[in-house]
Amino acid sequence: MANLTLVQAINLALIQEMERDERVLILGEDVGLNGGVFRVTEGLHKRFGDKRVVDTPLAESGIIGASIGLAMAGLRPIPEIQFEGFLGPAYDQICSHAARMRTRTRGAMTVPLTIRIPVGGGIHAPELHSDSPETIYIHQPGIKVVMPSSPYDAKGLLISAIRDPDPVMFFEPKRIYRAFREEVPEDEYTLPLGKARVVCEGNEMTIVSWGASVVQCMQAIERGGRSIELIDLRTLYPFDMDAVEASVKKTGRCVIVHEAPKTCGFGAEIAARIMERCFLYLESPVQRVAGFDTIMPYYKLELDYMPDADRIARAIEETAAY
Amino acid sequence: MPIKSAFTTTIDHVSILDVNANFDEKLGAGLIPDADLVRLYEHMCVCRHLDEVAFKLQRSGRMGTFPQNMGQEATSMGAAYALDKTDWLVPCYRENAGLFWRGLPMEMILLHWMGDERGNAIPRELYCMPLAIPIGTQMLHATGLAWAAKYRGEKRLACTFFGDGATSEGDFHEAMNFAANLDIPVIFFCQNNFWAISVPGKIQCSAPTVAQRAVAYGMDTIQCDGNDIFAVVYCVRKAAALAREKGRPFFIEAVTYRLGDHTTADDARRYRDQAEVDAWKTRDPILRIRKFLTTRGLWDDAKEAALAERAQRDVSSAVERAESIAPPNRDDFFNNMFATIPPDLALQRDTMQTHGIGQDPSQIEGAVIELPAKTSH
Repeated sequence: MANLTLVQAINLALIQEMERDERVLILGEDVGLNGGVFRVTEGLHKRFGDKRVVDTPLAESGIIGASIGLAMAGLRPIPEIQFEGFLGPAYDQICSHAARMRTRTRGAMTVPLTIRIPVGGGIHAPELHSDSPETIYIHQPGIKVVMPSSPYDAKGLLISAIRDPDPVMFFEPKRIYRAFREEVPEDEYTLPLGKARVVCEGNEMTIVSWGASVVQCMQAIERGGRSIELIDLRTLYPFDMDAVEASVKKTGRCVIVHEAPKTCGFGAEIAARIMERCFLYLESPVQRVAGFDTIMPYYKLELDYMPDADRIARAIEETAAY
Repeated sequence: MPIKSAFTTTIDHVSILDVNANFDEKLGAGLIPDADLVRLYEHMCVCRHLDEVAFKLQRSGRMGTFPQNMGQEATSMGAAYALDKTDWLVPCYRENAGLFWRGLPMEMILLHWMGDERGNAIPRELYCMPLAIPIGTQMLHATGLAWAAKYRGEKRLACTFFGDGATSEGDFHEAMNFAANLDIPVIFFCQNNFWAISVPGKIQCSAPTVAQRAVAYGMDTIQCDGNDIFAVVYCVRKAAALAREKGRPFFIEAVTYRLGDHTTADDARRYRDQAEVDAWKTRDPILRIRKFLTTRGLWDDAKEAALAERAQRDVSSAVERAESIAPPNRDDFFNNMFATIPPDLALQRDTMQTHGIGQDPSQIEGAVIELPAKTSH
């Protein structure tokens, strides 16, 4: 066991998978000599050489399109997109090709790749370095979407993502890259994609969240005297509706918290599923605490945009009082 | 200080068998053995016949939209002939000739355009990618496929096909830049057919040649008469040698022409002159091979008649195979979404005929659901 940050846990997972499987290679902008702008790939170039840790031209569509070719040929590429705000140029390759290849060839061609993307706000970054676009890719059939909220989960989920035979988008909440440390086993382990984690148990209300918002939720829960069950989805597609259903049937109340804009955010889907599965168990309307339907402001106002413990605590009280 | 030249270059143009079937012995001797040329000619004619049949199938409602290959058969055919059988062919959608030469069953192309994904389930050992519908995106896949070969120390290369319109796409430039800067053995094969649906080549590229775009990437490049199979084979061999020996990419601009409409949904008379089409008909790649074979005593009317019969037979049995395949299973569009279908998707699949998506049957337990009767219009 070692006490690691989320960055260190991901770095360890990458090293272990590269040592285990010759087919694994890393490519992207600044991932080599520089070790990535967040240092997630620190030391990998030195350890594995420039054949397996490749600095590419500065072109996001190129990075993903070439990775699709590498994956179809049977390798296990791990491309990095430097910030979620730069996913746009790669959208076509992700959604028009990676997501579709298995089904359009009826299984003859597959795309086992894991795209790593730092995501979200809260680090005083420039424009287009703070967004939360996960819903766009959850909505696109054919892609798995993962977003861990802790170092332990990050390592186990990343290893599962790399070994998964289909495309996975692995969003890394940059706000908690170094926010805290956690005991992480040095041995390799996997966590199943599609399984939520119950962060804390409770009877009065369910909170569903993922990524860096999970930390904000914990702060809100610790502040009040209520018995609240916090579910970290960890994987957003496929997602663990069974865990949400079991919890909401027990508590009868639910608040969903995410950083992405409210309208058509993934919270909307979860709320609709709760309607389908838990309608007769609800004591109050499902409430969402989300980013506003605005462009993410520059960093002077970013904390006003992002759900924080105050907004979450308010939603908890409103939902409890309904 | 006097201004010096920073860089100059020239673009070679290769033509071996011209429109009048004049043959450049110096460049062309031994390039394609007679027996092979006969087979290539036969394949091109079968492919041409498929075009005609496919057109009729579409018009009679037996097939969806189909893009005819007519006039461009020498390009992909020449490339597939010149490459090794284990080099990747990464097509767009007007490379039937090359794919058939590689061994792709004709009915798979038909199935694709008949709205059936099973037409894309290409056996791995053919090293053919399925047709790519969005323009230019497949060049990056070719780059990745060739990169993987290099990664494993194989001598395999990838050859990707696209039109002049695709050279306007960002992915074209990204693929060229990746391959050139990372030393990836890809052949970029541009079929400059002058028209991207209705938009002429001059809107895509204002340089005198498309080939010179490669120069900016530090990539070797050549232009050839794309309706001359000898010139195509010459250029692809040259490109393949460089790719295999030096691991470098290569750009070929094959000048050709789309004799037909863009697809069966298009009417090219709206935007181009018949005189232009008629002029290109005289440069048909099939006509000049026939002339060449005939003057060499390798072909005659009897053989032509036999070939016509064979083409008809081959194509109609391919159509029969495509049309007689069992209908696709309704589950198929779920079952290949992932290697393992998530439970929620399996539920959608298993209840698609019986429940609303996401309906919890326990909440309507005991209720008898009857659908309102269909109204007739």
